[in-house]
Amino acid sequence: MKGRIAYIASNTFREAVRDRVLYNLIAFALLLSGAAILVGQISIEIEKLVVINLGLTAVSLFGVVIAIFIGIGLVSKEIEKRTLYTVLSRPVRRWEFIVGKFFGLAGTLVVNTFFMAVGVFGALFYVSHKFVRADALILVALYFIILEFLIICSLSLLFSSFSSPLLSAVFAFSLFVIGSFAEDLRNFAGMAHGISRWLATGAAYLVPNFSAFNVISSIAHEQPVASQLVVQNTLYALFYATMALSGAVLIFERRDLK
Amino acid sequence: MPAIEILGLEKTYSVGFWRKHTKRALHPLHLTVEDGEIFGFLGPNGAGKTTTLKLLMGLVFPTAGSARILDHEWTDPVVKAQIGFLPEQPYFYDHLTAHELLEYYGQLSGVPAKQRKVRVDEVLHQVGLRDVRGVQLRKFSKGMLQRVGIGQAILHNPKLVFFDEPMSGLDPMGRREVRDLMEELKHKGKTVFFSTHILSDAEALCDRVAIVHKGELRGIGAIEDLTSSVQGKVEMVWQGSLVPASIKALGAEIHVSGDRVRAIIDENQQDAVIDILRRERQRLIAVIPVRTSLETYFVEKLRRSETTAGRTA
Amino acid sequence: MKQRRTISIVAGTCLILSLAAASVVLHHADKVRPQATLDEVLFLNSPKVIKRASLGYDGLVACIYWTRAVQYFGSRHQTYAASYNLLAPLLEITTHLDPKLVVAYEFGSSFLASKPPHGAGQPERAIELMEYGIQNNAGNWKLYYDLGFVYYMELKDYKKAADAFERGSHVPNAHPFLKVLAAQMAQHAGEYQTARMMWSATYQTSQDHQIRENAVEHLRALRVDEDVEHLQEAVTRYRERTGHLPASMAELAAAEGLHGIPTDPDGHPYKLTPEGRIEVRVPDDFPFATNGLPPGYQPQPKFHEHF
Repeated sequence: MKGRIAYIASNTFREAVRDRVLYNLIAFALLLSGAAILVGQISIEIEKLVVINLGLTAVSLFGVVIAIFIGIGLVSKEIEKRTLYTVLSRPVRRWEFIVGKFFGLAGTLVVNTFFMAVGVFGALFYVSHKFVRADALILVALYFIILEFLIICSLSLLFSSFSSPLLSAVFAFSLFVIGSFAEDLRNFAGMAHGISRWLATGAAYLVPNFSAFNVISSIAHEQPVASQLVVQNTLYALFYATMALSGAVLIFERRDLK
Repeated sequence: MPAIEILGLEKTYSVGFWRKHTKRALHPLHLTVEDGEIFGFLGPNGAGKTTTLKLLMGLVFPTAGSARILDHEWTDPVVKAQIGFLPEQPYFYDHLTAHELLEYYGQLSGVPAKQRKVRVDEVLHQVGLRDVRGVQLRKFSKGMLQRVGIGQAILHNPKLVFFDEPMSGLDPMGRREVRDLMEELKHKGKTVFFSTHILSDAEALCDRVAIVHKGELRGIGAIEDLTSSVQGKVEMVWQGSLVPASIKALGAEIHVSGDRVRAIIDENQQDAVIDILRRERQRLIAVIPVRTSLETYFVEKLRRSETTAGRTA
Repeated sequence: MKQRRTISIVAGTCLILSLAAASVVLHHADKVRPQATLDEVLFLNSPKVIKRASLGYDGLVACIYWTRAVQYFGSRHQTYAASYNLLAPLLEITTHLDPKLVVAYEFGSSFLASKPPHGAGQPERAIELMEYGIQNNAGNWKLYYDLGFVYYMELKDYKKAADAFERGSHVPNAHPFLKVLAAQMAQHAGEYQTARMMWSATYQTSQDHQIRENAVEHLRALRVDEDVEHLQEAVTRYRERTGHLPASMAELAAAEGLHGIPTDPDGHPYKLTPEGRIEVRVPDDFPFATNGLPPGYQPQPKFHEHF
């Protein structure tokens, strides 16, 4: 079981890496180095701030786009191309396939984030010529970004397990946007009354909540992150991803692969 | 012990946005495939062949019924290690090489690492893809992909293989190789279950065939037995432009062009026509069996059974 | 088949448990980091930048910031906070994103100007906000009213208040009372009457329940202030006449020829302290009252049900 999940994961990783992830890294490198050189010339005061903000935001957005666009294709593309048939006619359980795909995609994103992070630190070094202690906070922001990716991965897999790639992309992307404003959604819920309040609160807990994951701007200002928040975000991401994956397994176990 | 025992598997799909309408893809199917035989699963496109294979592979779930494969419940994971499956028009991970793909499938099928390497090379050789190492699958032609598909189905040395339209997309040479391969598998004591809509493929290979049409089993047995119940056609060509009335009376389809007459008649009237031509002193040039594809063969068979039914009514 | 059912049960259980656990963690996290979303206002407080970043969806983003402003004020108000530093930036961002969101200006005039703990105590920023609102909504007489209100209530600048009311009265379809108010500002006589009129007008013309409730509280406090002032005068009169303080409210009432003991807006009788002071029974019920409170009284935090 473990072996098969690992094989599926590593194959997914290999496919993704050979497919288009590399292009994204090139785009990222160009963007970041260009920006670093530009701000290095324009401003002296806030160059570091700009590099951190821009770099981490780019890491996050590039990753989200990759997570969604590879994630949604993971299952539906295999059905469309009938490669899934040759996998599931082997001693591979459907849930193993889903879990393997998840780890493969998560691995892809982690490695991708690692390289982008190297880029961010490189640009940072270029503009400030040294690293200070507070720069370690960037690692926390990167960790949170990866946690966010895990949630998005699991959601795109969930949608991919029952919907067409295009619809899945729409669903996953809307959830990413909604999730970024989840706190506001709960505020809206708080202002409603009666049944609508219950429903809105339920919905607010059901959609992913990314507001706690976004610490980019506070880290750019060298604000420390509470260790409690690190623990809570980790737990939240794990639980939420498990939830979405269980949903994907539940749907996929029942699905006729027409 | 039969290799496959299908016990009333049936499948009805719900279609439409609200899933209110139903579409029956397969009527309850009962079928037994013996160990060590090459079994042809015949029918025109859309007859329910692929649905049956998907049911057996556990890719779709039956509305009712069950099956036993190699003496196990068909959904049992134990079964999956002992069977191979080639889907219709297979397509694989674009960015892998044939070698990597087979390696991956070997891992999933639980082939031990040591044997895997040897086995992958062996199989690539067997399906004629020895020389494409390092080429990614997206650069493969349809025929090459079909070969990869066959390779992955036999990779883990399964006791029973399912091929869905194994000849499609192959040139005559390739078809020949696939036939040889299936016969070789039979020699090794394997059971082969394959679907096709091309009658001649089945005729050349199968011990027994089953014929399905519109989701229903229409006949099962050795191919001669089945075709004997429905007559084939022959085309007879003679010189001249004379068409004896007695031949017309037999219901022949007649074309006259230049000094040739071509008449298409039922196979069993062949002797009668020869007799007539001899009596009329016509020079017979050729008698050619008309090979119909399974589809036209079926249309013909159905048309006949319907007209018979119409007459009796 | 049996395995499939087992997998479904395991997956279903996993789904429910992890959703529950995620909700619990989230709930917990909210307690640990209140106002966390609002922290970003500290870093990203340029309305122009936010307008650019909203990629043309500024209407929606304005609504989000408006909600944040209301939530921020509400949660700070619950605890009788001493400062409302983010209220002004939040409202400024909101109105820059959607300059036609009149309710945001009204909210600002009510809660930005008044002193903590009832508001941010930043009348200058309130005035800035109102002027910006008037610039963008020149046809809305309510904004002139709100501007005059801030000048009158918080800054006691009767001339500027009169000016604002006067400007507003020229707007087509303006409410007639703007003219009356402008005139009254000029005389600035009858403090209680003017104040009552203005708070009533606020109550009648606003749709926002928080603003209306605030107006009601002020009207109630005005009545208490006026009652206590009158009763205190009665005590003085009594003392001048008899040479000693009245022994009880009943005695005072009898001497003044009142029917029964006077009560506050909640129906509680006013009380007379041995020192001859008139006080309300429950000072917490009148957060805006200036008369009739025990010496050194501090309002206690109270929790509003409407949040």
